[in-house]
Amino acid sequence: MIRFILARLVKAAVILLAIMIFNFLLIHAAPGDPAAVMAGEAGATDEKFIADLRARFGLDQPFAVQLWTYVKATVQLDLGYSYRQSMPVIDLIWQRLPATILLTMTAFVIALVLGVIAGVLAASKQGTWWDTVISTLALLFYATPLFWVALMASLLFSVVLGWLPGYGYQTIGANYTGIDRVLDIGKHLILPATTLGLFFMAVYMRMTRASMLEMSRLDFVKTARAKGLSNGVIQRRHVLRNALLPVITLAGLQAGQIVGGAVLTETVFAWPGIGRLLFEAINQRDYSVLLGVFFVSAAMVLLFNLITDILYVLVDPRIRLG
Amino acid sequence: MLEGFKRFTSNKGAAIGLFILLIVILTAVLGPLIYSDSPWRMVQRPFLPPFTVDGLPLGTDALGRDVMAGLVHGARVSLLVGLVSTVVALVIGVPIGAAAGYFGGLVDDALMRFTEFFQTIPSFALAIVLLAIFQPSLFYVILAIAVVSWPPVARLVRGEVLSLRSREYVEAATLSGQSTFQIITRQILPNALPPIIVLASLMVATAILLESSLSFLGLGDPNVMSWGYMIGTARTVIRTAWWLSFIPGVAILLTVLAMNLIGEGLNDALNPRLSRKSR
Repeated sequence: MIRFILARLVKAAVILLAIMIFNFLLIHAAPGDPAAVMAGEAGATDEKFIADLRARFGLDQPFAVQLWTYVKATVQLDLGYSYRQSMPVIDLIWQRLPATILLTMTAFVIALVLGVIAGVLAASKQGTWWDTVISTLALLFYATPLFWVALMASLLFSVVLGWLPGYGYQTIGANYTGIDRVLDIGKHLILPATTLGLFFMAVYMRMTRASMLEMSRLDFVKTARAKGLSNGVIQRRHVLRNALLPVITLAGLQAGQIVGGAVLTETVFAWPGIGRLLFEAINQRDYSVLLGVFFVSAAMVLLFNLITDILYVLVDPRIRLG
Repeated sequence: MLEGFKRFTSNKGAAIGLFILLIVILTAVLGPLIYSDSPWRMVQRPFLPPFTVDGLPLGTDALGRDVMAGLVHGARVSLLVGLVSTVVALVIGVPIGAAAGYFGGLVDDALMRFTEFFQTIPSFALAIVLLAIFQPSLFYVILAIAVVSWPPVARLVRGEVLSLRSREYVEAATLSGQSTFQIITRQILPNALPPIIVLASLMVATAILLESSLSFLGLGDPNVMSWGYMIGTARTVIRTAWWLSFIPGVAILLTVLAMNLIGEGLNDALNPRLSRKSR
C-alpha cells in the first residue's frame, strides 16, 4: 500500500511540475511583455511593480533560466504578489482554501452517497416508477447549468421561503463559538454543497445503476445465488462492491469538474473560497492570483485523485496490496 | 446504419430530444430574421414582466432590452459554440488518439501522458485562465472549450484504433501497399465512427453548458448576446425580477437536455450490443 501511494505521489509531482511549466508558457504566450501581463491593469502604471516582476521572472536572462527561476519559486510556494489585494498570493489562497475544501468535500460526499443510493434503488426496482422518477431526475440534473440551479436554489430556499442562509460562510456579527459556530457554518453550507453536488449526483447515479445491472448478469452472481446466499447479501457484498469500481474511477476523473464547479457555486453564494477568489481575480485582471489559484486547484484535483485511487484499492476485491 | 436510424427514431427520449433541438435550431436560424434588431437595443422601460406588453412576450431586462430578442440571438451563440468547439475538439483529439492507438509503444506512452495531463488539470479553471489571459472573443471561447474537452475523444479513438488495427482487412490494406495515413483514415477510422458520433453529440451538450458558465462569469464575447450573459447580468436583480434569470436558464436546460437525449438515442441505435448490456 505504501509503495502504491508513493508511486502515485511521484506521478502527481510530475503532473504538478508540468502545470508549472504550462503556467510559465501561458504567461509567455499572452500578448505583451510577461511582466506587463502579470501586472495586468492593476500595476500597469506602477513602474516599480513591473520592475519587480521583471526581476522575479528574470526577463533579461535566457529562456531556460527564466523557467528555472519560475519553477524554483513555485516549488517554494512563492506564487507572486497580488498588487490588488496587497498580499502574497499564497497567503490569499491559504486564507480561502479551507472554505473550498469544506465545500468541495461535502459536495463530493453528498453526490457520491446520494448518487449511489439512488442508483442502487433504481437498479433494484428496474422498470418500476421508482426507476422512472430517479432516472428522469438524474437526466434533468445532468442538463442543468450549475450556476442557474444555485441561483434558483438561493432564490427559493433563502429569499422566498427563508429556510436557509443563501449568502456567505457564517452569520456576520454573530460571533458564535464552539458548537454554535459549527452549526452556523453547517447551515450556510447546505445550499452551496447540495447545488454543487447535484450534477455529480446525477452522474454517479446513472453510473451506479448501469453498472449494478451489468454486474447482476455476471456468472459470479449466479454462483452466489446457487450457494444459497440471500438476495440482500448478494446485492451488497457482491454486486454493489464490484459495481462501485467504475463509479470510483469516474469520481476520480471528475474531481477537476467539482473544483471547477466550486468557482460557480462560490460566486453565486458568496462563499469565501478560492473559487470566489478566482472570480474576483478575473474581474480585476489579477493574473498572479489567477495562475496561483489555477495551480492550487490542480493540486487539489491531484489530491482527490489520490484519495479515489486509494478508495479503489480498498473496494476492489481483486486487488490485494501487501 | 439504416437499421440504426430506425432504432433511433423509435426511441421515445431521442424523439423528444430531436423535437426540442429542432425548435432551438429553427429559433437560431429564423429568429434573427424576425428579431432583426440588435438584442442590445433598448426598446421599452426596464423590468417589464413577461406577458404584460404586446410585442414583448417575455418583457424587458434591467436595461429595457427585449428578453425574447436576447433569447433568440442567444440560441445562435449556444448552438454555434457547441458545434464548432466540438468539431475543433475532434480535430485535436482524433489524430492524437489515432496515432497513439496505431503506433503504440513510445508514441502511445507520450501521447497518453499528454492527454492525461489535460484530463487532470481542472478544465473549467483552465478555460477561465485561458480566456482571462487571451481577451474573451467568440474565437477564444470556442478555442478554450475545445482545449479542455478533447481528452476523452483521444482516449476513445485510441481504444477503438487499438482494437481495430489487428483486423484482417487492415492487414490486407497493409499488404496492398496502402500508406499508414490511408490505412488510418480510410480503413480504421470509418469503423470507429459510431462511438465517436455518440461522444461528439454529448460533447456538444457539455460545450453549451461550458459556454453559458463562462459567459455567466463575464468571460464571454462582449459583443454577442448569450444565455449565460443574460443570467449573469440578471443575477443582481434576482430578488425583484427573478424571471430574468429563470427564463434563459430554462433555455439552456432544454437545449442541453435535448442534446443528451439525442446522444443517448444515438448510443442505443449505433451500439446496440453496448446498450442492451447496460439496460
